[in-house]
Amino acid sequence: MTLAGWLTIVLFAVILTAIAIPLGGYMAKVYTGERVFLTPILEGPERFLHRVLRVDPRREQDWKSYAKSLIIFSLAGWLLLYLILRTQDAFFVPHALNPRGFASAPWNVTFNTVSSFTTNTNWQYYNGETTMSYLSQMIGLTVQNWLSAGVGIVVAVALIRGIVGRTGKSLGNFWQDLVRTILYVLAPLSVLTAIVLVSQGVIANFSNYLAVHTVTGLTQSIAMGPVASQEAIKMLGTNGGGFFNTNSAHPFENPTAFTNFFEMLMVLAIPAALVFTYGRMTGNRRQGYAIYGTMMIMFLGAAVVAYIAEAHGSPAQHAAGLHTHVISGSTGGNLEGKEQRFGIAGSALFDVVTTVTSCGAVNSAIESFTGIGGAVPFANLSASEVIFGGVGTGLYSILLYVLLAVFIGGLMVGRTPEWLGKKLEAREIKLAGLGILITPLAALLATALATASHAGRESISKAATGPQGFSESFYAYLSQANNNGSAFAGYTGFIQPSAGNVGSHGITFADLLGGFVMLFARFAPILFALAVAGALVGKRVTPAGLGTMRTDNPTFAVLLIGVIVLVGALTFFPALLLGPIVQGLTSHLY
Amino acid sequence: MSVQMPGARERKAISLFQRDIVWRALLDSFKKLDPRVQIHNPVMFVVEIGSVITTVTWLIQAFGGRPLGGGSEPAWYTFVIALWLWLTVVFANMAEAFAEGRGRAQAETLRTMRKETVATMRDGSTKAASELTRGDIVIVPAGELIPGDGTVIEGIATVDESAITGESAPVIRESGGDRSAVTGGTRVTSDRIEIEITQEPGKSFLDRMIALVEGAERRKTPNEIALNILLAALTLIFMIVVATLRPFGLFAGTPISETTLIALLVALIPTTIGALLSAIGIAGMDRLVRRNVLALSGRAVEASGDIDVLLLDKTGTITIGNRLASEFVPMPGVPESELAEVAQLSSLADETPEGRSIVVLAKQYGIREHDMSTLHADFVPFTAQTRMSGVDVDGRRLRKGAGDAIIELVSREGGTPPPELQAQLVRIGNEGGTPLAVSRDSQVLGVIYLKDTIKEGMSVRFDQLRAMGIKTVMVTGDNRLTAAKIAAESGVDDFLPEATPEAKLALIREQQEDGRLVAMTGDGTNDAPALAQADVGVAMNTGTQAAREAGNMVDLDSNPTKLIEIVEVGKQLLITRGALTTFSIANDVAKYFAILPAVFVTTWATTPGGKSPLHVLNVMGLGSPRSAIVSAIIFNALVIPLLIPLSLRGVRYRPIGASALLRRNLLIYGLGGIIAPFIGIKLIDLIVHNVLGA
Repeated sequence: MTLAGWLTIVLFAVILTAIAIPLGGYMAKVYTGERVFLTPILEGPERFLHRVLRVDPRREQDWKSYAKSLIIFSLAGWLLLYLILRTQDAFFVPHALNPRGFASAPWNVTFNTVSSFTTNTNWQYYNGETTMSYLSQMIGLTVQNWLSAGVGIVVAVALIRGIVGRTGKSLGNFWQDLVRTILYVLAPLSVLTAIVLVSQGVIANFSNYLAVHTVTGLTQSIAMGPVASQEAIKMLGTNGGGFFNTNSAHPFENPTAFTNFFEMLMVLAIPAALVFTYGRMTGNRRQGYAIYGTMMIMFLGAAVVAYIAEAHGSPAQHAAGLHTHVISGSTGGNLEGKEQRFGIAGSALFDVVTTVTSCGAVNSAIESFTGIGGAVPFANLSASEVIFGGVGTGLYSILLYVLLAVFIGGLMVGRTPEWLGKKLEAREIKLAGLGILITPLAALLATALATASHAGRESISKAATGPQGFSESFYAYLSQANNNGSAFAGYTGFIQPSAGNVGSHGITFADLLGGFVMLFARFAPILFALAVAGALVGKRVTPAGLGTMRTDNPTFAVLLIGVIVLVGALTFFPALLLGPIVQGLTSHLY
Repeated sequence: MSVQMPGARERKAISLFQRDIVWRALLDSFKKLDPRVQIHNPVMFVVEIGSVITTVTWLIQAFGGRPLGGGSEPAWYTFVIALWLWLTVVFANMAEAFAEGRGRAQAETLRTMRKETVATMRDGSTKAASELTRGDIVIVPAGELIPGDGTVIEGIATVDESAITGESAPVIRESGGDRSAVTGGTRVTSDRIEIEITQEPGKSFLDRMIALVEGAERRKTPNEIALNILLAALTLIFMIVVATLRPFGLFAGTPISETTLIALLVALIPTTIGALLSAIGIAGMDRLVRRNVLALSGRAVEASGDIDVLLLDKTGTITIGNRLASEFVPMPGVPESELAEVAQLSSLADETPEGRSIVVLAKQYGIREHDMSTLHADFVPFTAQTRMSGVDVDGRRLRKGAGDAIIELVSREGGTPPPELQAQLVRIGNEGGTPLAVSRDSQVLGVIYLKDTIKEGMSVRFDQLRAMGIKTVMVTGDNRLTAAKIAAESGVDDFLPEATPEAKLALIREQQEDGRLVAMTGDGTNDAPALAQADVGVAMNTGTQAAREAGNMVDLDSNPTKLIEIVEVGKQLLITRGALTTFSIANDVAKYFAILPAVFVTTWATTPGGKSPLHVLNVMGLGSPRSAIVSAIIFNALVIPLLIPLSLRGVRYRPIGASALLRRNLLIYGLGGIIAPFIGIKLIDLIVHNVLGA
């Protein structure tokens, strides 16, 4: 462990907060219809988009109507992306946009990929640079990076409106919210991010791959492409799907220690800001602070554990008598699968940032982490992506936990539980309970199917033995159920003998199971969250008194952490035992 | 906090351990094993299914078969698990049966009063009491039981209501006014009254009361339903966790037997709260009954914990019913003792509490009590026209009365009221008192200061209510000035002066519009609309039939401050549910640490036949895998009977503010819930492993 390492973590938390507070305020204005400094520039395009979409932004939608629009929109996006990916080598695609002449990936892999990108998961069985044309990357995958992020955010906004709304049934208008999210939130931030990334060496071109003669006399092919624009939204939208297979470890995606820090900030910027948006929209900023505190404590806990574990090195290193302490020119610790330019802290923190959110980008190999360090992403995923979480998904998911915490805590102060003055009754508990249940249910059942069946074991990497095979499988479905997308690599659903998909085939079982898990675990909780909003909106508000349990103080934050940790731990402890925990307790290598 | 009202009597708690209650409860615990009963409680229903499966497995093993789902568990292990699972269900039933048993014992006492009586109708014919219907008019002479609920329409009588209220002194019931309601089953002890029956057959107050305390009409309250849903959701999660553990185990080369999986499932699902939930609800109702309050629905009890605003009648609740003389204020030139003597003489025949208080006050001025018979006095009673009363003694006219009435009288007699009089009348009025002027012939002697006396300890009680988050509003017919004065003195938060029934109703509606829950007490017919509108309306048992029907609770003691206790019972009910839910879920941590290392004892051992790396998680150092699992299940079962007393008594409510209360309960039931089973399971394991050799 080094001072620089600790400073990285502390500085990151401080700068993130400094960005999130004003951004949250800005977003609150955007979603309550107030004018912001970008309004003069963007109201023209906003009107134009409404005209193109033929929607009346003033039409208020109740939860069912809001949900219907959302499902239709996502379904259309799914079909369109499937079409684009399956026709990437069709005659009408200009050569410049598919310079390598890549054929389409098989239907089953495409099903998985399409489901993955429309659910903001960005689980990738494919390698970007050997599978996807520039066209597929740009108007296929990147567009879904934007839209799936937008969908997540609007659900959070609709839920806030449901919690706050005192009259009527309206949760706002889906189309207006989506257009605003894209124009006022994602677009300006993406432009800024892309410019910064390009300035640091992230590429943005349509060139054919470069053939380079190496010093050893061999020829190496260097992949090119329009990376910067996709990279920006990959981070901002907590998507995480890499342009290249090695994702954020690739120097064209994440060239320097600075871009590494910057990209981490961009991943958490919107999820963190939305918490403050929530506080503002409830009219009591402290509501936001309590949730932010909850998230930050759990986040820092994860970061500290991961950093210490990786800096300490693995039991195998110690058993072999290797140096793991800091020596000149090395950060020490467990450097297997890590990039020197990021070091231990930059890798451990990146891992935590992308697994607490639904980002799932990686700049190091998670399967090479130490037992404890590798247990951190497992734990983060087990907490169901509520520690900041994905854009929008993190907030609406934690709000469902807040609802449960209010119910249990509210009873303990002797009143029918009230949340921001609204009494919680059977309907809300049922919906929130089911909403929380979906992700663990999907993850556990899918892992059970995958580990119990021969078809499922096909996907486990040949090198993995014992608990490693279990960890891979469990992580794969835990990640897909959480719409995260990071992988405990090795688990595969795509066999590709050579670049360009000729002769390749997918593993149907893993592709379909994963695809359905992602779709189910994305849209079922969204529907439950919207239904909760629909149940809460228009409920009578009781003014808070001395006897009311407060949801804006440290006591509540502690209760909330307790509920999240307990639900996560009780659900996943047995499965975790058989994977990362058993590996962490032994120096045996698997 | 224990707010014991002055005068509030608590019915003696029927002991849990009375012999007949225990036997009946034990019997019921087994009767309730009927799946048709269990299905209403999803958590315990799952346990019962588990008991059946493990029992079948044991039977198969006992006859030499292989256990379901493979595995090499010995038959004794399956038997022990099956036994304790059945006991878990039985203990849960016992909790409910004990709670019901207490109520049933109370109901028995009430039922003895519902003896079949014959009612005498007005026309002299007779009719069985059970056939009386609304509108029948019956005549009840002294010594007979009143055949049904009704309103006195003719006559006045004393009635012994001890059977339902526990109060032995007979009360007066008369036609008209606010004391006209009579209850079936009570006894007329003097005179005779005509009663118009207001109940339908079989739906008397007594019938409802019996049904209530017995829990026969018990329906799940909204909060109970919500909690049940949460428990069902948790149960569902754990069912998935346990179901998927089997394939996970197989992948790791560790087949887990059906029996062990069921044991794990039962240990994880919230059986503690699932078992005690209905007992908590029944006990809440029972606690109210013991305080002589009948809640007509469980919903009302719950709502009482949520009360935001409490409307309290000034008279009788905040002040003791009557105004008392507190000071004699003589006019200039009149000795105080002279005023005191005249005031006393003029009040000797005045039997009102005010009059008596004047005599008492005069005593403090050394005025002896006069012997009425030697005075040759003519008493002049108070009338609404003269608005004064007094006495004529030796030709002198001594009077006391309203200020303006006395001024008029004195002026008519040729006297001149001193200017000081007006000043004193205004001053006393402003201070919230009532002035009575005293005159002798044409001379005004002074003023008697009648004061509203606030009951002792009221301001403390209002502080407590404030700490509970409840706003108190005093309702009074007094003018604004007087009301403000008394409000300030008593410490009540707000007041409604010059209150009419309509103003009361409007105030309740206004508070409810703002989202607040309102409670009030009332007894008169004109209170009925407000009682019906309030979220918790407590009718006084002495009140009219209309009031009793409008409210959702009846206070048999007719003590208006009882509301505070009712609020406490409501809060206790919810706290107990929340605390035991937290405890139940927190317990799971230790159970995991007991059961999982036992299940995975050799899983992924790095040497053949060695221990699993997971053995370090056996932090309790439990003796053997089977002992660990059995101990966890025994703990899980035993904790239910151990918590029965707490769930019947209720977790104590303290008005220390919501956040402090939450911290306290989180610490006790959350943190305590995590730690307690570690100790409990270890102790049980010491016995199971070392003594029984498992």
